[in-house]
Amino acid sequence: MIRKILIANRGEIASRIIRTCRKLGILTVAVHSEADSDSPFVGLADEAYLLGGSRVQESYLNVNKILEIAKETGAEAIHPGYGFLSENADFARSCEEAGLIFIGPKPEIIQQMGNKVEARKKMEQAGLPLVPGFSRPLIDSAEAAAVAEKIGYPVMLKAAAGGGGIGMQAVANEDELIKAFEGNQKRAQLFFGNGDMFIEKLIEKPRHIEIQVLADSFGNAVYLWERECSVQRRHQKVVEEAPSSFLDEETRNKMGMAAVKAVKSIGYSNAGTLEFLVDADKNFYFLEMNTRLQVEHPVTEEITGLDLVEQQIKIASGNKLDFTQSEIKQDGHSIEVRIYAEDPKTFYPAPGRITTMELPEGEGIRHELAVHGTSVVSHFYDPMIAKLVVSGESRDKAIERLREALASYKIEGIKTNLPLLMEIISHEAFSQGDTTTDFIAKYIKKLTV
Amino acid sequence: MAELKASMAGNVWKIVANEGQSVTDGQDIIILESMKMEIPIAAEEAGTIKELKVNEGDFVNEGDVLAVIE
Repeated sequence: MIRKILIANRGEIASRIIRTCRKLGILTVAVHSEADSDSPFVGLADEAYLLGGSRVQESYLNVNKILEIAKETGAEAIHPGYGFLSENADFARSCEEAGLIFIGPKPEIIQQMGNKVEARKKMEQAGLPLVPGFSRPLIDSAEAAAVAEKIGYPVMLKAAAGGGGIGMQAVANEDELIKAFEGNQKRAQLFFGNGDMFIEKLIEKPRHIEIQVLADSFGNAVYLWERECSVQRRHQKVVEEAPSSFLDEETRNKMGMAAVKAVKSIGYSNAGTLEFLVDADKNFYFLEMNTRLQVEHPVTEEITGLDLVEQQIKIASGNKLDFTQSEIKQDGHSIEVRIYAEDPKTFYPAPGRITTMELPEGEGIRHELAVHGTSVVSHFYDPMIAKLVVSGESRDKAIERLREALASYKIEGIKTNLPLLMEIISHEAFSQGDTTTDFIAKYIKKLTV
Repeated sequence: MAELKASMAGNVWKIVANEGQSVTDGQDIIILESMKMEIPIAAEEAGTIKELKVNEGDFVNEGDVLAVIE
């Protein structure tokens, strides 16, 4: 078993990883930026080192410095968390070359799954259904129109380099498509320096449902069922739950088995997540694979009783999975909400200093925190400052607990999305499980961005 | 005359128009960046950019004036 781990990340996930290491008797090394010197994870680790300035290039993406500290402190492995270097194949390779274990899959696999086009091709070969689309960038709006005609409207226009919903637009007919094509291409070029556009069939009333998998280095793989993450703003998840209230037993098993077959066929190892869109008729389409721990992994832990970080470390240590598919049981229902430092109406980021923080405690309530009661939430990093995870024996019970917990959740000094979260989970459509990806736009408000 | 204001606190990531340039309603003038999110700030009416009040890399607070359009 690995004895010392450097955590190349920050915020709540760094604290989360340290917690499991402590449970397993593994020593931890935290690395941090100037802006994070006062962050909870820095104090939690056995050792902590400054990487450099606050900008991510100087700190959390500073590969040479991270590797240097790993060597100097005698760390045997690096846990990359999510974001930052977690899906950077070159970093994984550099770790290997430096004699360090990268806690995640092999660099070749990260690279394959990181390229959207190649990942789609690979997974199609492995038997996963894809959203009908076009596999190379479109030349111009005329070609886009021809392709859309063939696929059938409505279609989704997507920028290849897009993120956060920029360069992405649903269009219902040729007029709209021609108009949208150039605008989105220009914007994608301006934002990402790459104006390549793709087209896909628009899946109507879609849900975002993902399958968690675990695979060891001996060809064993299991699925830990699904998480539904349909409630999103700006194409980013806000509420996640397990199990999905929409899937039936048959679809659930079908998706799980398809995911396991796919990861076995590509030779995947460690924890991973396959993201799918599921339409109203319960057809599922592969979107992408995340070759790392997900933000929303706690809801899976709550219903399976497994510690996913522990599993990651064991797999990276060269252990075999010590359970089979039939030994994994799910029990109860779990919901996670992401607490963002942002304006609850415009969703614009809102950095600042926290003046008060009071958190609910009680049965079935779990906190993952990036901040403390007097933290400065910096504009340098992601706006997610905390996750509230609530569990109960049924979905109704979990929602009830979540509503009570949110009612007494207090963060002052900065704007947060707490009012929005309360509005979402108190909505009748949420109770009824009518959670398609347009939930916020449809039931809460029109998006302004 | 209209003042173009920052809708959030963050860094001025890119300035995509010049002083003296005529712009149309809805045209992006400045792109702010904060917490991994880029927000374009667009002109709310057509006109000429009289003054750019910020430089790329500057930190601005919500409500700060970024440019003046007339």
